[in-house]
Amino acid sequence: MPIDWIYGLLGGLLIGAAGAVFLLANGRIMGASGIIGGLVDGTGRHNKTERLSFLAALIFVPFVLAFVFGGAQTYLTGNIGLVIIGGLLVGLGTRLANGCTSGHGVCGISRLSVRGIVATLFYIGAGAVTVLLFKHTLGIIA
Amino acid sequence: MRNLFAALAGGLLGTGLLISEMTDTRKVQGWLDIFGDWDPTLAFVMGGAIVPMAIAWQLTRARAPIVGGAFPVPTDAEITPKLTIGSIFFGMGWGLTGLCPGPAMASLGFGGTGGLIFLAAMLAGMIAAPKLAIRLDPATA
Repeated sequence: MPIDWIYGLLGGLLIGAAGAVFLLANGRIMGASGIIGGLVDGTGRHNKTERLSFLAALIFVPFVLAFVFGGAQTYLTGNIGLVIIGGLLVGLGTRLANGCTSGHGVCGISRLSVRGIVATLFYIGAGAVTVLLFKHTLGIIA
Repeated sequence: MRNLFAALAGGLLGTGLLISEMTDTRKVQGWLDIFGDWDPTLAFVMGGAIVPMAIAWQLTRARAPIVGGAFPVPTDAEITPKLTIGSIFFGMGWGLTGLCPGPAMASLGFGGTGGLIFLAAMLAGMIAAPKLAIRLDPATA
């Protein structure tokens, strides 16, 4: 739907602005998986408060907006097995690849990073094959 | 200052993910459903995000970050098994659930128990990752 595309573009500009602030102000690449990952595996201990400030706002601001304006839902599958397997794969994969949609996708592609472009092609390709298999072939996801 | 800018970036990212509906797993799985009822929204989100970010990279030339220090130096462009296999794992989990790390965090406040379970599993995967990294790539892990 065209209205979705406009919201997509608007939201995208804000996401890019977020990455621009993090880069130009703090000199850091805004990768969600790296910012969280560094906290859980101990590699980000030296800039722990910066990471926590980022994550606190990332959780709190949408929470308030969703509360005020209403209607926000994730429509995440109720199949807990899929949620756990999916979560494990996302955590494992993004740390192995050293980036996710924000780091490799937004920050990497925008500076024409070969690693960022290759990673993005691989995760979109794997995601498309997974949806094809689990939705259309096996009928496990809606 | 550093923490304030980090919070500003986190807040902007969260707002952007919410407005673009990337916290809605149906939109993400719809984007990946290339052979079915394909939803192109994610391409607009990605395109919209890349524009300010590309300008930001241009602005890093002959400058330093506001809080001091130096801008990140691009790492070598080597395509390692960790990068490709990791991205495949990530894509599989992304396809199964429609969540990636940013939206998983941004939707915690309204995502219910499922969102919390996803986060716990994701963090467990992140903790396990270094062990697998050594097997995949002994030299660079």
